[in-house]
Amino acid sequence: MSTESESPVWEVFLQPKSGKPHEHVGSVHAVDAEQALQNARDVYTRRGEGISIWVVQANNITASSPDDAGPLFDPGDDKIYRHPSFYTVPRGVRNV
Amino acid sequence: METSEQLLEFESKIAEGAKIEPKDWMPDRYRSQLIRMMSQHAHSEIVGMLPEGNWITRAPNLRRKMTLLAKVQDEAGHGLYIYSATETLGIERSELIDQLLEGKAKYSSIFNYPTLSWADIGVIGWLVDGAAIVNQTMLAKASYGPYSRAMIRICKEENFHKKQGFEIVTTLAAGTPEQKAMVQDAVNRWWWPSLMMFGPHDAESTNSSELMQWGVKRKSNDSLRQHFVNITVPQARAVDLTIPDPELEYNEETGDWKFGEIDWNEFYQVIKGNGPCNRERIAARRSAHDNGAWVREAARAYADKQLTRQTTS
Amino acid sequence: MAMEMVAKISESLDVAHHAQLAEFLTALGDDALILGHRLSEWCGHAPQLEEDIALANIALDEIGRANVLLMYAGQLEGLNRDQDDLAFHRDTVSFRNLLLVEQPNIDFGYTLARQFLYDVYALKLFECMGGSPNPFISGVARKAAKEITYHVRHSRSWVLRLGDGTSESHDRIQAAFDELWTYTDEMFETSESIHALIEAGIIPDGFLRLRVDWNVFVTDTLTEATLVVPDQDQFMRKGGRSGQHSEHLGHILDEMQFLARSHPDASW
Repeated sequence: MSTESESPVWEVFLQPKSGKPHEHVGSVHAVDAEQALQNARDVYTRRGEGISIWVVQANNITASSPDDAGPLFDPGDDKIYRHPSFYTVPRGVRNV
Repeated sequence: METSEQLLEFESKIAEGAKIEPKDWMPDRYRSQLIRMMSQHAHSEIVGMLPEGNWITRAPNLRRKMTLLAKVQDEAGHGLYIYSATETLGIERSELIDQLLEGKAKYSSIFNYPTLSWADIGVIGWLVDGAAIVNQTMLAKASYGPYSRAMIRICKEENFHKKQGFEIVTTLAAGTPEQKAMVQDAVNRWWWPSLMMFGPHDAESTNSSELMQWGVKRKSNDSLRQHFVNITVPQARAVDLTIPDPELEYNEETGDWKFGEIDWNEFYQVIKGNGPCNRERIAARRSAHDNGAWVREAARAYADKQLTRQTTS
Repeated sequence: MAMEMVAKISESLDVAHHAQLAEFLTALGDDALILGHRLSEWCGHAPQLEEDIALANIALDEIGRANVLLMYAGQLEGLNRDQDDLAFHRDTVSFRNLLLVEQPNIDFGYTLARQFLYDVYALKLFECMGGSPNPFISGVARKAAKEITYHVRHSRSWVLRLGDGTSESHDRIQAAFDELWTYTDEMFETSESIHALIEAGIIPDGFLRLRVDWNVFVTDTLTEATLVVPDQDQFMRKGGRSGQHSEHLGHILDEMQFLARSHPDASW
C-alpha cells in the first residue's frame, strides 16, 4: 500500500460566545480554506460550542521554541508592579 | 542525542506534574510509546464506529436512531481528536491509517465482537463506554499535553454515551419478556470482553510500567479493572440483570467485588486476529479507504487548480 | 398571534385543511426520513473521517426534521398516530417521499449529487414556507432553512470539487447527475391539496415558483463545476408522492422497521 499524501493540517480556533476570545480547540485536515472551515464546523461545534471559527494552515504558524522560554518569558516574572495586587488601597475602598 | 541532563529535566517535569508539549525535548522511547498508544486509541474509536453503526438503520424509533447516530458520529470526532494529538508527535495521520489498514497497528479488541441484537447497543454504551470512561478519565491526566487535552474533551462528550446506553438497558430490562431476555443475553456476551478492555494482568503487561513511570498512565490495568467492576455490579443489580460470573462476591474488608478469572486464551486469540469480526472490521475500513481514494484525490486536484487560478489571475 | 398559545398544530387551523396539510407534511417528512436513512448508511464508511462527521450531521438534521414534520402530520390526520407510528408502521405504498431520495448511495459522487439536487429544492421550499402565517409551519420551516443553507454549502462545494477535480471524479459525478435528473421533475409537482393550501394562504404562493429558483441555482453550480446540465426534456419519472415507489424503498423499510414491527407492544 502506498502512502497517499495527506491534505494539510489546519489549526482550529473557536469563539465560545460573544465577547470571548477565540481559543485553540484542535485541528482538521482539509485541502483548502473552505473545506477547513466546514470540517472545523462539523467536528468542533457539534454541541453548539461556538459562534465563530478561525482556521489557519498549521505551517503558517510561527511558534516560539521551548529553549527560548527563559529569555522570552522570565523577564516578565519579576515585574510584580504590573499586577494590581502589588498596590495597597485604604481599607473600605472597594473599587479602584 | 539524549543527554542525561535532558532526561533528568524531563523526568523532574513529569514528577512535578507539568505537561510535556510537542516542541519540548522528550526521550525517543516516550515519543514512540505515545505514538503507539495514542494511535491505537484513535484506531479503536474509528473501528468502534462499525459495530454500533451496524444498528443505526435498524434502531427501533426515531429518538433512538438520532441518539445512536449522534453517538457513532462522536466516535469519529474522538478518533479525529486523538489522531490530531498524535500528529503533534511528528507522524502523519495517513501513515497511522495505513498501519491500521495493513494490520500492523492494534485497536481495542472489544470491537472485534459482533452486535447481534438491539440490546447490544445498550450494553455497549453501558459496559464498553463505561470501561472506556474509566480508562479515559485517568488519561485526562496524562503527562503529554495534547493527549490530555483531547481526553478532557472526549470525557466531557462521552458522559452522554454511557447514560444513553444505560437508559436503553433499563428500558429493555423493564420491558417485555423478549426484551428482558435480549438484554440479559447481551450482558452475557459483552461482560467478559469488557473486562478484557483493561488489558493483561499488571505482571504480564509489558508497556504498562513504562507508561506509568512517565505519567502517561496513572493507574495499573488491574486496579482500573477492579474499579470498573465495583461501579458496574451495583448498576446491574439495580436493573435486575445477572452478571455471568459465578465467582462474583463482595469482599466486606476491601470493599471490592471479587470476580472470576478472564479467559486469557480468548483475549490473546482476539488480539492475534482470530476474534469473531477482526477480518470484517479491517475489510470495512479498507474498503472505505479505497473507495474514497478518488474523492480525496479530486479534492486535492480541485484545491490545486484553485490555487493556480488565484496566483495567475 | 393567538395561535402561538395553542399546543397542537391541529388546533391552529381550520379542520377543513387538516387532511390536506397532513398529506403535505407527510410527504416532506418522508423525504427527510428516507434521505436521512440513506445518509446514515455512510456512517463509518466515508472517504475521510471529516466527511463521516459531516454526513452524519446532515443525516441528523434530516431525521430531526422528519421527527417534527411527522409529529405534526400525525396530529393533523387525527388517527392517534405519532411520528414513530408513521415512520415504523406504514407500508411502502403509504410513503410519500420523492423517488430521488430513496435512490441508493452507489458512490460518494452519486450521494452528493442526489444531496445537492434535493438540498437546493428543500432550501427554496422551506424558505418559502417560512413565510407561512401559521406559526407551526413557519417555525419548522425557518429552522429547516437555516440547517439546509449549510447543507447546500456542503453539497455544492463537493459538486464543485468533484466536477472540477480529476477527470475520474468529473465523469463519476456527471454520470450521477445524468442518472438522477429523471427524478427532479417530481419535486415541483403540485397536488390538489397543495393548491388548496395555497388558496387558503397557509402555504405562500411562492411555492409555485420553486422550479425557477431551483433551476437557476442548479444550472449555475453545474456550469461552474464544468458539468453539463442534463436534458430538461427527457422522460421524467414520478410517482413517489402518490406511493408509486421504486423497489428500493421496500428494502429501506424492511431494514428500518423490522425491529419495531417484530415487537409491536414493546417500548424502547
